[in-house]
Amino acid sequence: MTDSGAMAGPLRPLTRVAPAPVDEQGLVERLRASLAAAAYFLLFVPAVPLLVLSLLLVPLGLTGLGIALAHAVVPATGALARVHRRLSGALLGETLPEAYADTTGRGFLARPMVWLRDPHRWRDVGFLAFSATGGAVLAGLPALLLVTPAVHLVLAVTTGGWVGLVLLGTALLAPLLWWVLTPPLVRARAMAERSILGVSRGDLERRVEQVVESRAETLDHSAAEVRRIERDLHDGAQARIASVGMNVGLAEKLMATDPAAAAELLREARESTVTALEDLRSVVRGIHPPVLADRGLAGAIEALAVPIPLPVTTSVAVPALPAPVESAAYFAVAECLANTVKHARATRAWVQATHDGEVLRIVVGDDGRGGATPTGSGITGIARRLAAFDGWMTVTSPDGGPTQVTMEVPCRTSPADRPTER
Amino acid sequence: MPDQPSGPPDRTLRAVLAEDQALLRVGLTRILEAGGIEVVEAVDNGPSLDRALARTDLDVAVVDVRLPPTSTTEGLVSAIAARSARPGFPVLVLSQWVEPLYARDLLASGEGAVGYLLKDRVADVDAFLAAVRQVAAGGTVLDPEVVAGLVSGAAPGPLDRLTEREREVLTLMAEGRSNAAIAARLFVSEKAVGKHTNSIFTKLDLPQAPDDNRRVLAVLAWLHG
Repeated sequence: MTDSGAMAGPLRPLTRVAPAPVDEQGLVERLRASLAAAAYFLLFVPAVPLLVLSLLLVPLGLTGLGIALAHAVVPATGALARVHRRLSGALLGETLPEAYADTTGRGFLARPMVWLRDPHRWRDVGFLAFSATGGAVLAGLPALLLVTPAVHLVLAVTTGGWVGLVLLGTALLAPLLWWVLTPPLVRARAMAERSILGVSRGDLERRVEQVVESRAETLDHSAAEVRRIERDLHDGAQARIASVGMNVGLAEKLMATDPAAAAELLREARESTVTALEDLRSVVRGIHPPVLADRGLAGAIEALAVPIPLPVTTSVAVPALPAPVESAAYFAVAECLANTVKHARATRAWVQATHDGEVLRIVVGDDGRGGATPTGSGITGIARRLAAFDGWMTVTSPDGGPTQVTMEVPCRTSPADRPTER
Repeated sequence: MPDQPSGPPDRTLRAVLAEDQALLRVGLTRILEAGGIEVVEAVDNGPSLDRALARTDLDVAVVDVRLPPTSTTEGLVSAIAARSARPGFPVLVLSQWVEPLYARDLLASGEGAVGYLLKDRVADVDAFLAAVRQVAAGGTVLDPEVVAGLVSGAAPGPLDRLTEREREVLTLMAEGRSNAAIAARLFVSEKAVGKHTNSIFTKLDLPQAPDDNRRVLAVLAWLHG
């Protein structure tokens, strides 16, 4: 962001200033507003060519040139919009969040299609139009009013006569207008940007829909989990303990008549109790893996890699996260690695997990034969788990590989928890 | 659980066994064979059970409620179907937990020759073998847990008029025990049990039933409301 250094001081919310009294604070506030207006005005310079190019994209459409141009213009517009969001947000004392459709993992050709359908990208174009026209006028006025007196004074002196008098009058009027108009002008500009670039009511409604949906999915998912646990117990520990009972019962009956058979039955029973305990442990592990509780996500992911029959490189640099998020991430990685072993015919795999203070990002990849379908039950299970935390995943798995699954879960940590490299 | 086998204990019964978990299938086969009950076929899924039940040389079927393919109640459904095709065909249903609803469905599938037990009961090998023989002989065997559920779930009213001892007798009757078995269990004379049962039938306004099996059904019907 080019302006953030220079504007560090002025990037405070604008205070509402009354026309009177004329004091130092009022002056500083108006100068600051004028500086912001100047920044808005100067940002008109990149807005104009971007607007022209954006409009050019419409006739170019899906030609090669159009797509290539889109890859330059759309991100550049996004970057410009980001600067404006930051500036206007700071002046209004709010955060104007970005809400572009996600294109992570999309290909070169697929990305423009996402942009085309993304209302927020279209609103960016509207913003360019505003910034290059009315917005520029709004932003230019304070500076214009500020320089008017000097110019007019010079002209008044040089021309003289009644024209000079008019010029002198306007020269005196301009500072007054500047004093009165600058704060509302800048505020109007910031508010206009908020309404173009900010989050609309429709966005909020969509968000509520998503939350409702993901909540329902979470409930579904919990119900499925409970069924799974019930089945694991029924087929595992419960059956083994029942068989221990049968063996011991039969041994009791045979003790007198066939002691050797009875001893064999008891030995089997003893072995069954060991496996029953193992089964119980694996069920407990399925609910909340003890390794996660003991060693955090990093240790748990390393532990996942150990029994995998191919080399797995793990690189996990994340702070401690809320337990449900860690659990979801752990099972997601476990599922991905299990898929790799089952389907990929890979020679190596890798897991990378990072956290930037806002989002937990995990990439699981392998050098296998690719062709993974994102509709498999394992993958959709992961997606559902992640959706419960507003997370999402993308799978890239061209035929012939490599396969890469990227999972992201928004999960803000307190600044103290953030990794030091940030 | 019955204490007295109703059939002659030395007669070799021919049984079909349905249990999807190999460990338990092996255990049950061993126990049945050790008790002189020949397992002519041991299957691990619903369709195979249906085929096995079509045999005409069977004396009894021992069936797990939950079988593949859907692992819900295939075993129960097959057992009931077999009993509707061959009324009175003896079926003992085993399960890892008891569900009174299943007990009712089984009892409704014809008079007698049914049993419903928790798998836990198999560990008491002799009692389990006796239960199989009792069912094969046309008796009714219900798991104490089912009966306890029915007794405790019964609507308040007439049951409150029973004495503590009469409640015990009622519970044992519902499990399918004969007067002799109840007497042995409660350490009283058979005559005393007879007195209790008469009293129970009068207090609950039940029709007097000549044989154990009808008696179980009457008691269960009453408990079920």
